[in-house]
Amino acid sequence: MSRRYLDARRLLCPMPVIRVQDEVGKLAPGDELEVTCTDPGVVNDVPAWCRLNGHRVLDISHNENNEIVITIEIGPHG
Amino acid sequence: MLAAKVMQDQGVHVEGINFFTGFCVEGHTHAIRKKDRAQPKRNNALWVAEQLGIKLHIIDVSQPYKDVVINPKHGYGANLNPCLDCKGFMVKNALDWAEANGFDFIITGEVVGQRPMSQRRDTMPVVQRESGAGDRLVRPLCAKLLPPTLPEREGWIDRERLHDFSGRSRKPQMQLAERFGFKDYAQPAGGCCFLTDQAYSVKLADLWKSRGERDYELDDIMLLKVGRHLRPRPDFKLIIGREEGENNFLEGYRRQFVHLRPTSHVGPLVLVDGSVDESDLELAARLTARYSKGRDAETVSVEVTDLDGERHTLEVAPMPADEIPQDWIL
Repeated sequence: MSRRYLDARRLLCPMPVIRVQDEVGKLAPGDELEVTCTDPGVVNDVPAWCRLNGHRVLDISHNENNEIVITIEIGPHG
Repeated sequence: MLAAKVMQDQGVHVEGINFFTGFCVEGHTHAIRKKDRAQPKRNNALWVAEQLGIKLHIIDVSQPYKDVVINPKHGYGANLNPCLDCKGFMVKNALDWAEANGFDFIITGEVVGQRPMSQRRDTMPVVQRESGAGDRLVRPLCAKLLPPTLPEREGWIDRERLHDFSGRSRKPQMQLAERFGFKDYAQPAGGCCFLTDQAYSVKLADLWKSRGERDYELDDIMLLKVGRHLRPRPDFKLIIGREEGENNFLEGYRRQFVHLRPTSHVGPLVLVDGSVDESDLELAARLTARYSKGRDAETVSVEVTDLDGERHTLEVAPMPADEIPQDWIL
């Protein structure tokens, strides 16, 4: 299991989702992706994309800069 | 949404494709403007995919799409909307994706006569031909009014269970939506592309004129969606945040631009797009002061930051509203 980090700050939806989609494509089932965003729309869009594509959102939180941090576990089909 | 559901009803496996052109209305202004924060920030394509239970692939076509916007073979609609070229471009990209991923045909929600440019009886075959999709492009909502496509002829789908909608009325679609039990859907003809917006098109045309070429980068077209744009001189324009959300968004760009902000009063962050000399900066500062809370004060302190991060402060009289020529406002 590996953990990757993605910087999607300053990007507006759907660009953070596109970046997540591209990054997830490089990962294996069980890997984790931590993405940092500033567009509040990601709180809805990234989990929706994950549900559609069989991945799991492990956590949504805010860091010390009030940026949104979403951690995703890659689903069984990668 | 309806076209996909019609196909699902026939047992066809459907997956969605959503193209990001950079001009998408959805989400961006909601994400930026504080006053819109209360509105639900859902991405309609993702939401529709969830309602249908289908996968959605969001594809960034913003770079190749530039050629569609800059050189539309079929010209523009009422504004800088190259709808017919756009449709052909998207169907071609959908076809490429479908072929690369083992799909047999593509569907769209087009309806004959619904749109004045890209969905006319005479232009729908143009999309088929120029996209290369030919008879592998199925329009389930109006298929009965069009020649049978390959999936219909081969019996992959039943033509009798497709529809014959036409014209600008959305009533038949709304009735079908009700039959399927859809209570919520994207507003029909709500406009999902900034290029159909007159004010946006004026700003894009101004950008091209001021630069002497028809070109843009993604940041350019994002910034056209934000703030009040004023062009006091041919060489530069000002992008003025209208509220806290826009100021926060413009903050992300401030290192790329000379920028101003009032320090004696609450006011906007202002980006200077173009080249300026000292007298231009004074004018920019007076305009910055005009849109600050100090608009009625005798003088306002405005901090100017250049591209090297060097700062200096100008003490200026706010420009009275009636001295701002209308043709400065884009």
